Amino acid sequence: MDKLEILEGRKQQVYEKTKEAEAFDIKCETTSLSGSVSQRACVFCGSRVVLYPVADALHLVHGPIGCAAYTWDIRGALSSGPELHRLSFSTDLKEMDVIYGGEKKLLASIIELVDQYSPKAAFIYSTCIIGLIGDDIDAVCKKAAKETGIPVLPVHSEGFKGTKKDGYKAACDALMKIVGTGSIEGISKYSINILGEFNLAGEAWIIKDYYEQMGIEVVSTMTGDGRIDDICRSHGASLNIVQCSGSMIRQAKMMEEKYGIPYLRVSYFGIEDMSKALYDVAKHFSDNPAILDAAKKLVSREVSELYPQLLKFRNALSGKKAAIYVGGAFKAFSLIKALASIGVDVVMAGSQTGNSDDYAGLKEMCDEGTVIVDDSNPVELSKFILEKEADLLIGGVKERPIAYKLGVGFCDHNHERKIPLAGFVGMLNFAKEVYQSVMSPVWQFAPRKGGFS
Amino acid sequence: MAVRPKKRRVLMKTAKTATQNACKLCNPLGACLAFKGIERCVPFLHGSQGCATYIRRYFIGHFKEPVDIASSNFNEDTAVFGGSHNLKLGLQNVTRQYKPEIIGIATTCLSETIGDDVDMILRGYTCTAGLDQPSPLMIHASTPSYHGSHIDGFHAAMRATVEKLAEGGPKQNLLNLFPNMVSPSDLRHMKEILKDFNIPYVMLPDYSETLDGGPWEEYHRIPKGGTPLNAICKTGRAAGSIEFTSILPAEKSPAGYLDEKFGVPRYQRCLPIGIRQSDGLFALLEKLSEAPMPEKYADERRRLVDAYADGHKYVFGKKAIVYGEEDLVIAITGFLREIGIIPVLCASGGKSRLMKKRLAELVPDLDGLGIKVRDGVDFVDIEEEVKTLKPDLLIGNSKGFTMSRKNSIPFIRIGFPIHDRFGGQRLHHLGYRGTQELFDRIVNTIIEYRQNSSPVGYTYM
Repeated sequence: MDKLEILEGRKQQVYEKTKEAEAFDIKCETTSLSGSVSQRACVFCGSRVVLYPVADALHLVHGPIGCAAYTWDIRGALSSGPELHRLSFSTDLKEMDVIYGGEKKLLASIIELVDQYSPKAAFIYSTCIIGLIGDDIDAVCKKAAKETGIPVLPVHSEGFKGTKKDGYKAACDALMKIVGTGSIEGISKYSINILGEFNLAGEAWIIKDYYEQMGIEVVSTMTGDGRIDDICRSHGASLNIVQCSGSMIRQAKMMEEKYGIPYLRVSYFGIEDMSKALYDVAKHFSDNPAILDAAKKLVSREVSELYPQLLKFRNALSGKKAAIYVGGAFKAFSLIKALASIGVDVVMAGSQTGNSDDYAGLKEMCDEGTVIVDDSNPVELSKFILEKEADLLIGGVKERPIAYKLGVGFCDHNHERKIPLAGFVGMLNFAKEVYQSVMSPVWQFAPRKGGFS
Repeated sequence: MAVRPKKRRVLMKTAKTATQNACKLCNPLGACLAFKGIERCVPFLHGSQGCATYIRRYFIGHFKEPVDIASSNFNEDTAVFGGSHNLKLGLQNVTRQYKPEIIGIATTCLSETIGDDVDMILRGYTCTAGLDQPSPLMIHASTPSYHGSHIDGFHAAMRATVEKLAEGGPKQNLLNLFPNMVSPSDLRHMKEILKDFNIPYVMLPDYSETLDGGPWEEYHRIPKGGTPLNAICKTGRAAGSIEFTSILPAEKSPAGYLDEKFGVPRYQRCLPIGIRQSDGLFALLEKLSEAPMPEKYADERRRLVDAYADGHKYVFGKKAIVYGEEDLVIAITGFLREIGIIPVLCASGGKSRLMKKRLAELVPDLDGLGIKVRDGVDFVDIEEEVKTLKPDLLIGNSKGFTMSRKNSIPFIRIGFPIHDRFGGQRLHHLGYRGTQELFDRIVNTIIEYRQNSSPVGYTYM
């Protein structure tokens, strides 16, 4: 195959760390280049992933059938109770609705579904076409709220109006409409909201359990195993801790502005970051030394249990090379550290939606020769994987077959994972999964390892 | 929070308004799948980035293969001022990065609604500027997702393809096959049959390799395989076209176009599932090739008849609910009637309005047998029927799993998508061989259910 050229319009979004290129500023936070086969989705996707785990809300997608069909039960965001979020609802607009408007159909749909499922609130997502035909979904939602007696929250997520990040914003704006409407009576002084944690494979439960062991009350998780009532009273918490900062930092900032709640950015992946996430919160509540004591005890117990088990994987994986391509860049930091702890070097780090601070951080952290890339695509990803001779790719569903086709191991760090990768136990799972994929004997048949193609 | 008012001011219709757990996908998905079956073709969605990404993700879940679909990536300006610029830029970039021979453009609800006239934009447009390669051919299918469902997009893409490429001329010893939306394994089987009959053929689409291929040493921007462009050009000179559908009207069908424009006779056949429908296909092939059915297939038929006998008692009188694309449901229903299973509900999210009629032609006593036919339904409708019909089996794609689990009904996965089992792309449905696999799976599913639910722990079943 001829040598791959990076598309002209994308050259500013790819950076290889070398001495000469120190001054390079990566271009990011732009819309994807037309025809580039971006791995990104759209504004709607951003809103949908953030709000999806709210389990006792109705999620109604206003538009033609596709957007609802493709997001039906799409994430492994678990619920300890109601599972309304796992159903798919659409106004399923047809030609006539597009011509004459979909407002009536939307109102009837909301009322009918609320009657049938008795949700605590309803999120109404507008899709591309709603932005064109001019349905006034705010007005319909207002009317529906009056009719049904529950909050009916418009989510302005028309696919083409920005990037996935704008969808995050629209989701946070919708959540902010109910934050502050619940009673905050009886909430402890030592209390937090866990933001940007979506309870994939039950990860929010692991994290919540750690904080509870430290004597901290968790008022709400947004949005993993989320409940409307908890979100309504989340303004009663003393501190917000924000993971996946790309999606919910806005929520934290708005809550800080409106309710004076400070926030901390954290990550739960890897020993180092997980421990820091606990210690930082303990330090915030420094007037209660028991919390820090409990955190120390917890971390020491978990780490002493985990460490010897990790050694085995570290020995086997030492010197292997990984490529990382994730949604939000913040996760990449943790992954680099987590991989280092099992002896794996990172040769490529990229994200769909990182900002310039994120990429500056990555540049700081990465070794020389590491490729840093924003909003990449299959052709580029495969080029970097092969050029850098990666043994492992970490990404989501869309990246998986790229790795497997090329005979490279893969770890799903996205929506579809069924095994928790967060927390101390998650680090062990992560090491196991990396080990199982990288060390599998099946790669001996891959063409790049001399197999038959 | 407001208290729920006792009396509604908004009057509710009795019929269901919203679609809940849809039993269909959107129009552009079908078009992308069909375009993946053309050699050196890149599917291109003219619309938002999300459409391409969601559809890619959906295909990857089923086929476990890279599926690159480009997008013109609309933004607000594009929506206001038209998509011409983005479309051209996108086509340039795809050409540069993928070097395709063909770009299959499908228009989403967004570009359709703003009224982009893609054919006009493309007229006289070549995207060779500054490139050292020829401009790819552009095929455009109109696939707004507010119209029809994924299967309509599939057929629309193939219709647009032959409209663009098929050429007339003296008739050749050549058969066209439009196989409908079936698995790569089915496509391979069809090619094998035609080869064994020594019939020169063009099968369109053919994603048997592009979506179920081998390992790569380097990234294949366009996986090998697919129906070659020059072969598609020849479809206008074929001696006939077979299309596996019983609901597609001539004006929407690629075979219908070839018939009308070039006088290529169109043979419409139900998907060949079951002995009768497979017999019908082989008889037609015997007639068109003027050669007898190869012994290999007669053997497959014999084994299938024998298997029907061996397994008949396990399946007789069992009640099944079948759902999926209308053509698939029709064919499966015919097969189930051959083995004594009563398809108590034949359901589809599609709505050609022909399903019931076609089923009645295939199964003489629909009403007498208590076979319900419903089109335009979603999974909530189907699940309601489950409660009253109490079927012994559910037959359809992965979307029925929750319903099967909740109601403890054994579940046979067929069709698309299969995203909760391994090897969906290799599931086989067509011909005697495909029917054999289906029959084995049905019998074994029933046996497994009986074995597991018996307290005895039988080791012989």
